[in-house]
Amino acid sequence: MDKVKQYTVTIYTENNVGLLNRISAIFQRRHINIESINSSISEIENVSKWTIVVKLTEDQMKKIIGQIEKQVEVIKAYYHTEEETIYQESCLFKIKSDLLFEERQIQNIIKESNARIVTVNKEFFVLEKSGRRSEIELLHRELSAFGILQFTRSGRIAVTKTPMEITKMLEAFQH
Amino acid sequence: MRFLPAQEFMETKTIKNNEQSTSKTIRISGSEAVVRSLMAEGVDVLYGYPGGAIMPVYDELYKFQNEIHHVLTRHEQGATHAAQGYARISGKVGVAMATSGPGATNLITGIADAQIDSTPMVCITGQVGSHLLGSDAFQETDIVGISTPVTKWNHQVTKASEIPEVIAKAFYIAKSGRPGPVLIDITKDAQFEEFDFKYEKCTGIRSYKPIPETNPTDLQAAADLINNAKKPLVVWGQGVILGEAEAEFKAVIEKAGLPSAWTILGASAIPSTHPLNVGMVGMHGNYAPNVLTNECDVLIAIGMRFDDRVTSNLNYYAKQAKIIHFEIDPAEVDKNVKTDVAVLGNSKETLAAILPLLKENSHTEWHQKFKDLYQVEFDKVIKNDLHPTKDGLTMGEVLKEINAQTKGEAAIVSDVGQHQMIACRYADFNVSKSNITSGGLGTMGFALPAAIGAKMGAPNREVVAIIGDGGYQMTIQELGTIFQTKVPVKIVVLNNNFLGMVRQWQQLFFDKRYASTEMVNPDFVTIAKGYHINAKSVSKREDLANTIREMIDHKGPFFLEVNVEKEDNVFPMIQTGASVSDIRLE
Repeated sequence: MDKVKQYTVTIYTENNVGLLNRISAIFQRRHINIESINSSISEIENVSKWTIVVKLTEDQMKKIIGQIEKQVEVIKAYYHTEEETIYQESCLFKIKSDLLFEERQIQNIIKESNARIVTVNKEFFVLEKSGRRSEIELLHRELSAFGILQFTRSGRIAVTKTPMEITKMLEAFQH
Repeated sequence: MRFLPAQEFMETKTIKNNEQSTSKTIRISGSEAVVRSLMAEGVDVLYGYPGGAIMPVYDELYKFQNEIHHVLTRHEQGATHAAQGYARISGKVGVAMATSGPGATNLITGIADAQIDSTPMVCITGQVGSHLLGSDAFQETDIVGISTPVTKWNHQVTKASEIPEVIAKAFYIAKSGRPGPVLIDITKDAQFEEFDFKYEKCTGIRSYKPIPETNPTDLQAAADLINNAKKPLVVWGQGVILGEAEAEFKAVIEKAGLPSAWTILGASAIPSTHPLNVGMVGMHGNYAPNVLTNECDVLIAIGMRFDDRVTSNLNYYAKQAKIIHFEIDPAEVDKNVKTDVAVLGNSKETLAAILPLLKENSHTEWHQKFKDLYQVEFDKVIKNDLHPTKDGLTMGEVLKEINAQTKGEAAIVSDVGQHQMIACRYADFNVSKSNITSGGLGTMGFALPAAIGAKMGAPNREVVAIIGDGGYQMTIQELGTIFQTKVPVKIVVLNNNFLGMVRQWQQLFFDKRYASTEMVNPDFVTIAKGYHINAKSVSKREDLANTIREMIDHKGPFFLEVNVEKEDNVFPMIQTGASVSDIRLE
């Protein structure tokens, strides 16, 4: 049997209401959990880009890409392995400001992890960190010891090492 | 009936005759725009049911009743099935309309049916005013959300100015490529709002490629496999009919001498009597094509999707064969069966393109195998079904009599269950688009309303609905539609007082524990007569031919109940999990 792997799915779409429902239903119907999902503009004007991380077999992945591309408002869908993409996640920590002065260790953690202080006020400060999942998890573990008021992590964002032919495809439609 | 002022009449005529677009802009309401847009798409009939949120559109339908015919069904589900029947027999887009809330949710079964059977349909639903969206208003339901997984496309309109473009897109998407259902939800304020109307047909959408490009290398590879095959077998599906590729298909199989079997939805693309037609594949299909699926060396699938009712256990399906798949939907390739060569494209074009690459062949010995196995099936099954010696009537002999009296030219609209399998197995299909049935979804209650739509979509054809006593009662209220419209459909209920197919499974796999399958039925003849429909009931063999003759000769609608054997089974049969070649004859 085909091995279960983590794939990054990139979907270029028209920006229309309801498309998220349509795409997520494709995964839900096959009982596949979405590990992370991110929606943004893309490099092309008026084209949206979805970045979805899922764990499944390559055979399942291919079939799902077929189902996604079949949707009328999907321009093109790709899937890539970890090795084929450059990817990052981002996270925010909200921590009590007192700790910054009382616990010297926190300052070292911030420095070593390359995290960035976004804002500081009397009550709390906000720390931002971008990187691989493992780096974010490490930072989360380290800061947990001191107490985190709030934590949130974004979905994966990714670009591929090889070019995507999407612009050419859209140009072809114009002519 | 209201007579239209000459000028207004002329305007609508222009739209109808010039189907491309209307250059002139007119200021009208959103609801009038809906009706004018439908007319611009060439819609002559639609099926529906009014209610609060769609009333402005119905008001316009009243005004335009000379140009566009609205059929009031007795339930919204009936409207969708009627639209499906219309679409399946005519090749045109069927249209169904309903109000918001329950009206809209009642469409869902028909939409799901159209989605899985690739039927072009446009559904229009009314929606509460846009200021009420999300407020749990009276008859508000998120029909766009609900219908998303079962539509090819759907869209909510909240501004009148969107209406023409969205309807144009809806028809384009429903009909092009692999067809399917589209739902348009229109808020009530958008129906009332006035705007400058102009209609332009949709000719393309940048994110949507209805027909994939055909790779000439694939065509050549497919031709090479077919030319070198010793034991080729074609399995064709509805793609041949939807692609209007019947002539191209016939030319291909005749030139290369290919024995050809059909899926339920592929039936009638070539006549039943064609010498290369070797019957139906699948669970209750014919013996020869099922057995020989596992003996052929090249399996040529054309416009079919390897449904599990066709393939049974995939681990034992045509493992010895090279697989060629002619397909319009790239997502179907390698979905269930891994192909060696996939020929993407529209069947009409790909079949025409492969024809000159094929060598003439006859495969006489290989054909003989199909004939030999047909004889086995005839002796064990067909003989008893069609020429029974027992007292009770069989479903098969009813079909045989209908064949004889319609010369195999009727469109057969069947429901779901034993009678459906018998109808597909034994009906003679001499004309394409003649087998109208719910294949993928298996929707009981499909046939009666679908027959209404089919007769309206092809008024010159004889339309015979074959329905079980169970499915008939799921949409029996559509007798009211038949009475009101006088649509001359012929309704045959094969009554065994059982949900026969489930009972058959209970007999074979649940030790005859007939849980909730026996039906205590009403007097069907009295019910039909209550709707002023001519009706007869037959229980004896000697009355069968005469009564079917009376039904066919009757000018108006006719209801015929045939009381058949209570506990007959449909064979051959492939058990769940078995291989297609392990098909049982008894």
